[in-house]
Amino acid sequence: MSIKLNALFSDSYVDVSQYRDQHFKGNRYEQEKLLKQANTLYVGNLSFYTTEEQVYELFSKSGDVKRIIIGLDKVKKTACGFCFVEYYTRTDAENAMRFVNGTRLDDRIIRTDWDAGFKEGRQYGRGKSGGQVRDEYRQDYDPARGGYGKLAQLQRPPEGRNSF
Amino acid sequence: MSRRRHSDGDDGGQSHKRRRTSEPVEIEDRLESLICRVGEKSTSSLESNLEGLAGVLEADLPNYKNKILRILCAVARLLPEKLTVYTTLVGLLNARNYNFGGEFVEAMIRQLKETLKANLYTEALYLVRFLCDLVNCHVIAAPSMVAMFENFVSVTQEEDVPQVRSDWFVYAVLSSLPWVGKELDEKKDVEMDRLLNQIDGYLKRRLKTHVPMLQVWTAEKPHPQEEYLDCLYAQIQKLKKDRWQERHILRPYIAFDSVLCEALQHNLPPFTPPAHMPDCQYPVPRVIFRMFDYTDAPEGPVMPGSHSVERFVIEDNLHNIIKSHWKERKTCAAQLLSYPGKNKIPLNYHIVEVIFGELFQLPCPPHIDVMYTTLLIELCKLQPGSLPQVLAQATEMMYVRLDSMNTICIDRLLNWFSHHLSNFQFRWSWDDWVDCLALDADKPKPKFVKEVLEKCMRLSYHQRIVDIVPPTFSGLIPADPIFFYKYQDEANSALPGYAVAIAVGNAIKNRASNEEILTVLKDVPNPNQEDDDDEGEGFNPLKIEVFLQTLLHLAAKSFSHSFSALAKFHEILKALTDCDEGKLHILRVVYEVWKNHPQMVSVLVDKLIRTQIVDCAAVANWLFSPSMAHEFTRFYVWEILHSTIRKMNKHVQKIQKELEEAKDKLERQQHKKQKDSGDEEDMEKNSEDEDGQLEEQIERLQEKVESAQSEQKNLFLVIFQRFIMMLTEHLVRCETGSVDFSTPWYKNCIERLQQIFLMHHVTIQQYMGTLENLLFTAELDHHILAVYQQFCALQL
Repeated sequence: MSIKLNALFSDSYVDVSQYRDQHFKGNRYEQEKLLKQANTLYVGNLSFYTTEEQVYELFSKSGDVKRIIIGLDKVKKTACGFCFVEYYTRTDAENAMRFVNGTRLDDRIIRTDWDAGFKEGRQYGRGKSGGQVRDEYRQDYDPARGGYGKLAQLQRPPEGRNSF
Repeated sequence: MSRRRHSDGDDGGQSHKRRRTSEPVEIEDRLESLICRVGEKSTSSLESNLEGLAGVLEADLPNYKNKILRILCAVARLLPEKLTVYTTLVGLLNARNYNFGGEFVEAMIRQLKETLKANLYTEALYLVRFLCDLVNCHVIAAPSMVAMFENFVSVTQEEDVPQVRSDWFVYAVLSSLPWVGKELDEKKDVEMDRLLNQIDGYLKRRLKTHVPMLQVWTAEKPHPQEEYLDCLYAQIQKLKKDRWQERHILRPYIAFDSVLCEALQHNLPPFTPPAHMPDCQYPVPRVIFRMFDYTDAPEGPVMPGSHSVERFVIEDNLHNIIKSHWKERKTCAAQLLSYPGKNKIPLNYHIVEVIFGELFQLPCPPHIDVMYTTLLIELCKLQPGSLPQVLAQATEMMYVRLDSMNTICIDRLLNWFSHHLSNFQFRWSWDDWVDCLALDADKPKPKFVKEVLEKCMRLSYHQRIVDIVPPTFSGLIPADPIFFYKYQDEANSALPGYAVAIAVGNAIKNRASNEEILTVLKDVPNPNQEDDDDEGEGFNPLKIEVFLQTLLHLAAKSFSHSFSALAKFHEILKALTDCDEGKLHILRVVYEVWKNHPQMVSVLVDKLIRTQIVDCAAVANWLFSPSMAHEFTRFYVWEILHSTIRKMNKHVQKIQKELEEAKDKLERQQHKKQKDSGDEEDMEKNSEDEDGQLEEQIERLQEKVESAQSEQKNLFLVIFQRFIMMLTEHLVRCETGSVDFSTPWYKNCIERLQQIFLMHHVTIQQYMGTLENLLFTAELDHHILAVYQQFCALQL
């Protein structure tokens, strides 16, 4: 009675992704270990206007939320489109990966991923301009994320300005 | 062959050895994969795939027989939706290798015994059904199957056993008949008739006290919510009348009839159902959820009737697919939509009905609620031209029938609907529901719309909700979630404590210490005390009010701000709320300031409990208090109460776990000591100390567990007492006034009482004795007592 036919009953939504935090203090092995035990999720592609309340409501559907840390622009100290959601138990976080990841919040498809654990400083965007790196380089216009990407904003010549 | 010669240049030897040891594992994995995947979409026909696989397995029997046996037993147990594919495979193998067939049957019987012992009744059911279908594949002789059925049905003659025990054995027989009824009737019609008569007698005398508690709708029309055994028996009776002609089940073995009927059959060994033990946990009875019939699917294939056996088989298979794949929503949706034979049935309707059936199942859905929301979204993505319409039709139907829907199910419906809408830009034909505006606000329809809009607001923001509904619905729009600060402006300066409120606010802004703030608060007069009373240390509601209103006002910006505030001033809050009245008052103040923001009230209460500023019983008392009576039927009140009960339960479980772990540790330590039995005195002394410490720890944990359990029991007593008081008062008042007691409020209240039992039945089991002796006595009004009796009936 012992075999469980693992091949058939996969649970791929809970798998760890390819992303690794480059600023993680420790080696790859330690990071993997933490990710596999984590109760914390990174949540990305949020609108800048999405509030802590909205995140709480949505992520509470998979279990009791311990805390939420809204990601901030390092310069402006305003929301810059990501957050961390920490649960009391791993099971609740897994259910969020299975059933909240890839659904909409504030009309945007959000993405969740395992996180090795919040540490002070990780709530800030790491892009040069203060927001997230992805907002530095993107070329599209996203009104919920500050409009054009930062680089694209600099490249768009405003009226009557000399270009270098 | 030595393994130690790493440094040897004998690389060729090593890799050769590696290849040899990994091969069997590879082959076993491949066998597992082949067996698991047979029956899936393929360029070849199912029959040729089965034929091919049977050949491969037959060839591998000499070396991998045990592995193959185990895999086949596992698929029998875990993949009921592919039952007939695997029974055909076993049939083919048996035809080629009689001994293997015999060994498989023996392994299945062993597995059946194990699953029953392990309380895995659903899996045991699939095993029984598999064995039955093996009769169709000429692996098992029909008379021996009938004999097993006779043993199952004889359980109904046992005395002093829970009804749910005999229920299971009867269900096992009835639910296998769609597959094997025809064959058994052909071979043993006299015995089968006798069996069915016995079952008939059992079903007639069986108690059905539990049914009202499990029904999603209380009304009989348009679809009666039937007890599951009654429904299945009606379906089998109809099947019998149709001379056991069953056309829906896919039967691959028919194509192999010429091969299979040459095979020799095995007899099932006599099977005695294992005796009843006190720790047996039989499945809880169910009510069959129906929301559609043939009139609802306008075009295309007709929906099988509620008493047709096809309906049973389709629903069973769809439930099994969800059970197998619920963790992977894309796979689950794809599997549901590729149901074999889908062109002959209105599949979308069946799927939607089965999903809502699970979501509304009482006591609890089989899987977490949010899974169903996400699954429905995936299904809409895969069938954008048809499924959303069925879903909209279903939603409309459920809205129309809200008056008779169980309150617990209404909760789940509005949670689902609001979350679903938030994924589709809140687009809905609200105008279709304009009829609810003409009704009193406490009626189910306007109440439902109001709560849906409130939930939608939590997922978005106030202005969004204003924008999405027609202007006529403005009365149902939730309030703007703003803070109410009592000491807001100078107009309120006459209020007692106003000056101190300003002073405290300034003190906090200037980062004063706790001592400084407490000093400022000393100036607050105590309305509960005599002027000349110097004591001043008792419960001072005004002090609490002044401090907490000001603090929460300063922290109103977000949840995080408020949580920080509570954490920072934890000491002060603890000091102010040292007694029960203090705890109650803090909750009242939280409500007063945030009454327009129920979500904030919810999270603050949660934090207050977790930081032990208030206890669970205080929250229960507050929610049932007269000051909250006007909010009693609001959804968020019950969210808070159930969350509170869950926290209490988790707390008890946590300490129990710590106790178990400590006990295990001690046992392991002592066991180790016995094994080591060193003669060193030092070692002995150290381990004695360690033991002593552990024993002390265990004693402390034991006390903690007892204290936590006592708190838990008290919480339930408080809740039940309050319910009884409220309901009795209402019933008495209605009787003396000769008024109908069955008001919307009453329906809500009595179903909320049911909900406590249903949602926390596992915990409540421990306290049944106390409940029966203290609260649910015979003197109670029979309407209230009925709820308790129905609950007890779930376990009979």
